Amino acid sequence: MAVSVSRRVREGFGAFRTATRLGWQIESNWADPLVFAIYSIIKPVAASLILVFMYLVITRGKAGTELFAYIYVGNAFYIFVGGVLFGISWAIIDDREHYEMLKYIYLSPIRIYIYLLGRGMARLFISAISVAIALSFGALLLKVPLRITAIDYPYLFAGLILGLGGVIALGIILAGVCLITARHSWGISESVAGAFYLLCGVVFPLDVLPRWAQAIGVVLPPTYWIEAMRRAALGEEVAGVSQVLGRFSNSSLLLVLLGTTAGLMFISHLFFRAAEGRARRRGLIDQRTDY
Amino acid sequence: MSASGLVMNLRAIWARAYVRVVGANRELSWLFFDTFLPLLGTSAYVFIYKAMKAPPEFTGFVILGGAMTAYWLNVLWNMASQFYWEKEQGQLQLFLISPTSPMVILLGMALGGMFMTTIRAGSILILGSLIFRVQFTVQQPLLLALLFFLALAALYGLGMLFASLFMLYGREAWHLSNLLQEPVYLLSGLYFPVRGLGFWVAAAASVIPLTLGLDGIRQLAFGGAGWGFLAPEYELALLAFLSIVFIYFARRALRFMEELAKREGRLTLRWQ
Repeated sequence: MAVSVSRRVREGFGAFRTATRLGWQIESNWADPLVFAIYSIIKPVAASLILVFMYLVITRGKAGTELFAYIYVGNAFYIFVGGVLFGISWAIIDDREHYEMLKYIYLSPIRIYIYLLGRGMARLFISAISVAIALSFGALLLKVPLRITAIDYPYLFAGLILGLGGVIALGIILAGVCLITARHSWGISESVAGAFYLLCGVVFPLDVLPRWAQAIGVVLPPTYWIEAMRRAALGEEVAGVSQVLGRFSNSSLLLVLLGTTAGLMFISHLFFRAAEGRARRRGLIDQRTDY
Repeated sequence: MSASGLVMNLRAIWARAYVRVVGANRELSWLFFDTFLPLLGTSAYVFIYKAMKAPPEFTGFVILGGAMTAYWLNVLWNMASQFYWEKEQGQLQLFLISPTSPMVILLGMALGGMFMTTIRAGSILILGSLIFRVQFTVQQPLLLALLFFLALAALYGLGMLFASLFMLYGREAWHLSNLLQEPVYLLSGLYFPVRGLGFWVAAAASVIPLTLGLDGIRQLAFGGAGWGFLAPEYELALLAFLSIVFIYFARRALRFMEELAKREGRLTLRWQ
């Protein structure tokens, strides 16, 4: 029995590694490494600069305020949310519709969960590079008060692991949705990511939203994750920017994250199993819609 | 061109546009995603300005930018990358062995795309304006309409040029379109007045028709806001010039790339 478990773990790890490598190849091998590096830098920097210029136009060139740092850092960490959600759910569409390999993955002895996590991992890695680039750009050129020595690393890593766990669970839920839908699969992940961008107060304090939108925002896990990342990177002073989230201490933010991530993982498991069962029953695993 | 040739080309334009026009009506669920989705992002930018206590016209600037984003996305994904999708589905070779010119196919794509996107952009504009109570003070409506149509002509001319240049691409087409999103949003000042980039950067960014079109529309739709880059009359003239240049080069590029693709045997390659 012990041999069987260790063998399954070994095989699972091998499948995960292969899926991650495949995801990385799909993402990056269309260009030589230099072009890919430039591509990876331009997008996050341009997205950050949009916010920077919006801010500078209004403040007539004055950066370096607390609100500016709040907006900038929130936007930088949000790259993870879009990247991971899209990466995991898009793997279903890509493999089913484009490469037509999803049915073969189901025929192989690997677990689809592990495969999806591996494919998402490649996006996670690319997102991590983009986040690092955006934060470095902000610290070096835009006076965002990010000091390597002042970052609360234990809090940052604890929050990062919990938050990413939650986002991965959400990605699995979206992958389940993609399994049983023919159209708009791309739109579903973008809609969810867009809703989080707006309702979680990623680029503004939650307080400026109407009350009904605030009520939705405070039940969404990424709200707490992004806030935790801001506090880890900028210090606890940044908690004063939002009165709604300022009520939460650093440790209570982590507790909320822990609870919501555990809940999301459980729900994502149930949902994906149900979606998978439905897809098998209705013959959707190998459908090709050309949509 | 003979009369029968003209009729054939006009029918081909209509046939290619028809797919998009009818597609837009048959599959109405896209309206939800294509209106709701950009409205989410646009609303987030509105709330950033609200957090900064920006003057009210900035809400209108963002809503207009959000609406114009729909055109840029259409140009990227349904013009520039279109031949890549057609190649993947095995349609490109059918277009090229038909007796019509590929330019005619591109023109049909552009007209169909404009129709479909105008519904999308109009919905974003109307919904966004109602939700955030945007006050427009339109000056010179005729000039505004001209500026808008010339911006579209130049924009879709650029799309036709991109489609020609992207003809040989495989997956690169997807990535290039992806790459041309945020940097163009930045350079064309979709969410802030392009003057904020400084004169020379804004001047260089004016090669993207969205920059001049949006700047002119903002000046005429929010009279006296004082954030314009160039006078709308100059922007109109520049857009007319860009339209001619882009369509001319699209035609030349299409011929060149078609020949090259035939010589290299890349017109029917899939899963690159």
